[in-house]
Amino acid sequence: MLLNQFLLLGALLFAVGVYGVLARRNGVMVLMSIELMLNAVNLNLVAFGLQHDVVSGQVFALFIIAVAAAEVGVGLAIVLLLYRNRKSIAVDEFDLMKG
Amino acid sequence: MNLGALLAFVRPDLDWHALAPELTLLVVGTLVTVVDIALDDKAKRIMPTLAGIGLLVTLVPILTLAVDGAERPMFGGAYVVDDFSLVLKALFILVGYVVVLMSVDYVREGDYYENEYYTLLLTSLLGMVMMASSRDLVSVFVALELLSIPAYMLAAWRKGGPRSNEAGLKYYLMGVFASAVMLYGMSLVFGVAGDTDFGTIAAALTGEGASPIVIVAILFVLIGFAFKVSAVPFHTWAPDTYEGAPTPVTAFLSVASKAAGFVALLSLVFVAFEGAADVVQPFFWVLAAVTMTVGNLIALRQTNIVRMLAYSGVAQGGFMLAPFAVAFEGDAWQLPGTDITTTPYFAIVVYAVIYAFMNLGAFSVVLAVSRRTRSGDISSYGGLFSYAPGMAVLMTLFLAALAGIPPASGFFAKFVVFWALVGAGTPAGWVLAVIVAVNAVIAFGYYARVLQQMWFEPVPETVALGVDSGGDDEIDLAEAADVSADHDEHGDAWLATETRQATMVRFTPGKIPMTGALAAALAITAIATLALGVLPGLVSHFGDVATFHFGG
Repeated sequence: MLLNQFLLLGALLFAVGVYGVLARRNGVMVLMSIELMLNAVNLNLVAFGLQHDVVSGQVFALFIIAVAAAEVGVGLAIVLLLYRNRKSIAVDEFDLMKG
Repeated sequence: MNLGALLAFVRPDLDWHALAPELTLLVVGTLVTVVDIALDDKAKRIMPTLAGIGLLVTLVPILTLAVDGAERPMFGGAYVVDDFSLVLKALFILVGYVVVLMSVDYVREGDYYENEYYTLLLTSLLGMVMMASSRDLVSVFVALELLSIPAYMLAAWRKGGPRSNEAGLKYYLMGVFASAVMLYGMSLVFGVAGDTDFGTIAAALTGEGASPIVIVAILFVLIGFAFKVSAVPFHTWAPDTYEGAPTPVTAFLSVASKAAGFVALLSLVFVAFEGAADVVQPFFWVLAAVTMTVGNLIALRQTNIVRMLAYSGVAQGGFMLAPFAVAFEGDAWQLPGTDITTTPYFAIVVYAVIYAFMNLGAFSVVLAVSRRTRSGDISSYGGLFSYAPGMAVLMTLFLAALAGIPPASGFFAKFVVFWALVGAGTPAGWVLAVIVAVNAVIAFGYYARVLQQMWFEPVPETVALGVDSGGDDEIDLAEAADVSADHDEHGDAWLATETRQATMVRFTPGKIPMTGALAAALAITAIATLALGVLPGLVSHFGDVATFHFGG
């Protein structure tokens, strides 16, 4: 069973995603990094599902894929809204409110 | 799997009665949309009425289910309708109803989209109602997203307002990042347990002990929810989102969304992670202590009332988190001087119910007062008693409740939490109880500042424009932001919190423009806050009911 390899790949993808969310300024890139994190989760779930020989891991992964699509839809809408009002999607420029 | 096996699929038996509250909400949400499409502009005025009536109708199946009292597990135990879930469903629906009342005039006068607003509000409530019944990782996840995604959109509801945009962006990014972290934890939990339902997870974790993978898995899941309930150090989105979002939405987020996070934590911790007390309890001990203390200390130096309430909400969340730190210690404990027994579990439910009404009440007053002052600054509350005595008295009631002064309900909530910690009888519980007591005193500092403004200070001659009560300001703000985009950050500096004194406007005190809906919201929250304080037996009855069947 190649479980370890899958988990390592998942952990790597997740780490890359976290790095992207924290380091990238571009709103769309941040959204893509979040997708990477979610896909790392899917990989984990499917691998564990195979190991335990249960279907619920794949079912969970399907739910995540569906919900992630809705989530990114809303995210892109918000980024678009920001671009319309500010002509910028650099997430660190939105700092009107502090303290 | 071959085609034959697929065709042999049999639909599981659905318990329509148990699903009735969710289905009613779904129907009402759809109805709001359909009526708007069918009747176009004529329907705008009846949208809030429809949403409000729909929410009250949803209470009917919840009551019939409560009278029936049977525990109804569905979908292989992934979705359970029991007394615990019914109590919290009723709470969510009531909170939703009050938020609709608060929204009616705000949304209408601001000329925002009406149908979409109420549809999203109802959808988010549907997610919360589902969360109360979820007993499986998949259903918890779906309920969490169903309640969060509409909330992201609601936070960014003022499309032209740069603050609202920023609120939506920050809430969205933090929320999605948190759910990704939570999901990674869930995938590891699934890997350890081999299935997603809480019963299996509990059994597997008990057998596994505190192995490294269990620790990582549980911490990731709990951190995901710590974002949701805005616990320090995962609270950074909350003040900005609360300040920027439309005020009724802020009330909704700070009460309903937070309560939903706690509901999820309750079922996760007390059912699924029962076997991992060694991991869960220290984590919550630190989280609760830090959340209370940091939330209170930052709240002390806020000048904007919404931000102050945001940090006060963070601190109140810390009080609610505290009983988790002794979740599995000791037995039920008799409250001194009463016949009420308390457990950590009971304390959290009671606190959540009481907090919901007192915080909603405080936000209703903020909303009402800002209709006159058009400001969010605490200094704009100067002399409120001289021109709006009713508002000042109500605000005093809600702030006293939040601070935990006896006649109001907040005292009972803090009392129960305190005794739950003491009753655990462990050194950790004692120390945390002391931290709770100290923080309750610190919190009085910033609530008292508002009270002092209202009762003893003169009416200010000018106030700083802040919380916007209508749509007109927003257009100005949007234009200003557009202009300033050319002048880079120097140009829009006047919009930032610390330099907002630049937009001082003359203020003439006068009667606060009151509307029926807002008055009803104030009345409901005030009566609930008083009643739960004067008759603690009432809330403890619900707490008992909720506790009775829980977790078996």
